[in-house]
Amino acid sequence: MSSALTFDPIRLPEACQVLRQEVRAFLAEEIAMGTFDPTGASIGNDDNARAFAKRVAAKGWIGMTWPKKYGGRERSFLERYVVTEECRIANAPVSVFFTADRQSGPTIIKYGSEKIKQSILPRIVQGELHFCIGMSEPGSGSDLFAAKTKATKTDGGYLINGTKIWTSNAHKADYMIGLFRTSASTKENRRHGLTSFLVDMKTAGISCNPIGQMSGLREFNEVVFQDAFIPDDHVLGEIDGAWKQATTELAYERSGPERFLETYYVLTELVRAVGPHPDTRSAEGIGRLVAQLHTLRRMSVSVAGMLEAGKEPVVESSIVKDLGTVWEQELPAKVRNLAAFIEPVPGNQPPLARRLAFATKVAPKLTIQGGTTEVLRGIIARGLGLR
Amino acid sequence: MKDTDSLIAEAAERLLGDLCDPQTVNNAKDDKWNDRLWQALAENGLIHASIPEELGGSGAALGDGFELMRLAGRFAVPVPLAETMLAGWLLAKGGLAVPQGRMSIAPVQPTDTIALKDDGTLAGRARAVSFAREALHFAVLATGPSGPAVALVAAGDCRREEDENLAGEPLDDLVFEGTRPLAMAQLPAGFGQQDLMLMGCVVRSLQIAGALEDMLTRSVAYAQQRVAFEKKISKFQAVQHNLARLAGETSAALAAAGSAADALASGTADADAVFLEAAAAKIRCAEAASTGAAIAHQVHGAIGYTTEYVLHRFSLRALGWRDDFGNESYWAVELGKMLARRGADDLWPLVASR
Repeated sequence: MSSALTFDPIRLPEACQVLRQEVRAFLAEEIAMGTFDPTGASIGNDDNARAFAKRVAAKGWIGMTWPKKYGGRERSFLERYVVTEECRIANAPVSVFFTADRQSGPTIIKYGSEKIKQSILPRIVQGELHFCIGMSEPGSGSDLFAAKTKATKTDGGYLINGTKIWTSNAHKADYMIGLFRTSASTKENRRHGLTSFLVDMKTAGISCNPIGQMSGLREFNEVVFQDAFIPDDHVLGEIDGAWKQATTELAYERSGPERFLETYYVLTELVRAVGPHPDTRSAEGIGRLVAQLHTLRRMSVSVAGMLEAGKEPVVESSIVKDLGTVWEQELPAKVRNLAAFIEPVPGNQPPLARRLAFATKVAPKLTIQGGTTEVLRGIIARGLGLR
Repeated sequence: MKDTDSLIAEAAERLLGDLCDPQTVNNAKDDKWNDRLWQALAENGLIHASIPEELGGSGAALGDGFELMRLAGRFAVPVPLAETMLAGWLLAKGGLAVPQGRMSIAPVQPTDTIALKDDGTLAGRARAVSFAREALHFAVLATGPSGPAVALVAAGDCRREEDENLAGEPLDDLVFEGTRPLAMAQLPAGFGQQDLMLMGCVVRSLQIAGALEDMLTRSVAYAQQRVAFEKKISKFQAVQHNLARLAGETSAALAAAGSAADALASGTADADAVFLEAAAAKIRCAEAASTGAAIAHQVHGAIGYTTEYVLHRFSLRALGWRDDFGNESYWAVELGKMLARRGADDLWPLVASR
């Protein structure tokens, strides 16, 4: 029987709670300085985000779990967990370093050449490098292994031709980790033939075209490659074998607090709006939502603890992302229901309504990005031995 | 399935596998299995596992007792193991020794109160007491002039109005009128009825999580055997996704109940954090029981709706347990009120406190 599901009751050690206070104090200072709007209602500017990344770096909170020889602090994943969740709750502008810290850096540590590690990782740790991820293409989204963008061998490297799409923040990024086709897939293995590359976004032959999003945010891009040259030592891992390289990393990517906290602010605003003496209906609604949130967080912390202990909770992490993203997606609608009988104050639109409107527009993407609900349930089904 | 960590849980898992196989119990023409099972549990020191030895228990940690509760759910144990454990726990809180034999506990509903009168008798009604009919004794939390006390009451000394839960197990009202307890002790300062309710929530949450573990395993196995449209139904994506959701609900229940049990067993959390853990576990596990049982039945089709097949032993118990020690709506209201009182800016600090 393969339906072995484990969620050990992991507690954050005392060191984490000390760190949490440091992070909160730091973020409070940043808010006081006007670096960002903690309600998330206004979108900060890029210069602020870059400067913020450098100050987070100065605290030692980027790449904090990485080896010291690359500038990391060799701290635990539970400590990183605390920094991640406090930044998320505060709506801090983490976009510059978040992708690199969560997945690009760890990929380079595992598969990069020593020269690349020496040159790239310390700059990520210093908050200088913004990474994006080049996976989806016009003809391949969830079906990652249908990617067609080609990397053709040439003298000293590869020439890239093709198009990546939905690439978040490619227009601001310094580097991309992209998946490109170096060989055709084989009959026996349709996942064969893709290779992971580190791409300098300033390389000649790369252009980014903006794609509007219904939320009003400016993240999406179409990234076009025309004979863009990538040197040999920028290959990450095995040629044609990228499909073997994404198991444990996915567990980190899927199970973090960002997978259920993206619309959390509407819950805070609801509690504020109902005040200290809610009616029965509001109290029940809030109680249920917080019970669900608490459970998701315990599941997520549990996966972080298991990862820290060297286990590979692949199915558990997919379950966290499935439950977490569905929850954060449904949250705006549930909060809207619960807020239905709160009398609006005449005049300006109250904060709850404003935040609800934004969360409602963000909601549809949450169960799509980073692995759709359907893909996740397929992975869980495989873990149960059904496929 | 998660391997059990403790020796006690290992022994219990073996014993329940031998003597409490749900299909055997379901097929049994008489209830000889019942006494045999209880006897074996008692002989192996599993009835009062985490009660101190000087009070008549086995002296194991509370965490071991909780592990037994999850197993009680996983095997749909049809004897009052959980009720007797809770009763023993309450008696031990007052320093009272546990008697031999089956017990149950009162009150079970947060809004029921039993009064301890000046003359030392009990008065009041406790609704929906599980296994009351089979119990020799009740541990009763009663409130008297000097605060909450625990009373040990002989089953014959109170009136019973019989009913049953969804799974057909006894669920009787107990009426106390001039009832004189066999023994009585003051409960420690600060301990009140809510502490009993939260403990009951954690026990029922663990039982629900255990029952869901079985329903998941059973549903996955069934889907891999049953053929329809010339293939195993486990090969249909719609069925796979249903089972993935069942795995999600089972996981949520295991995580919520396991975390709450750990919070109570470790005794390190502050009062609001314990309240959050126990109430959230009951709310989320009850929701998981509703969603999970529905999926398990959907996967099984008609066979799962029959008396011969054992799925109902798990689904109906899990659904019934939602109502004991305060249902999920009750606790959601209480939790919501507490959070509103603390205020919006104190919500995250509480959630992230551990």
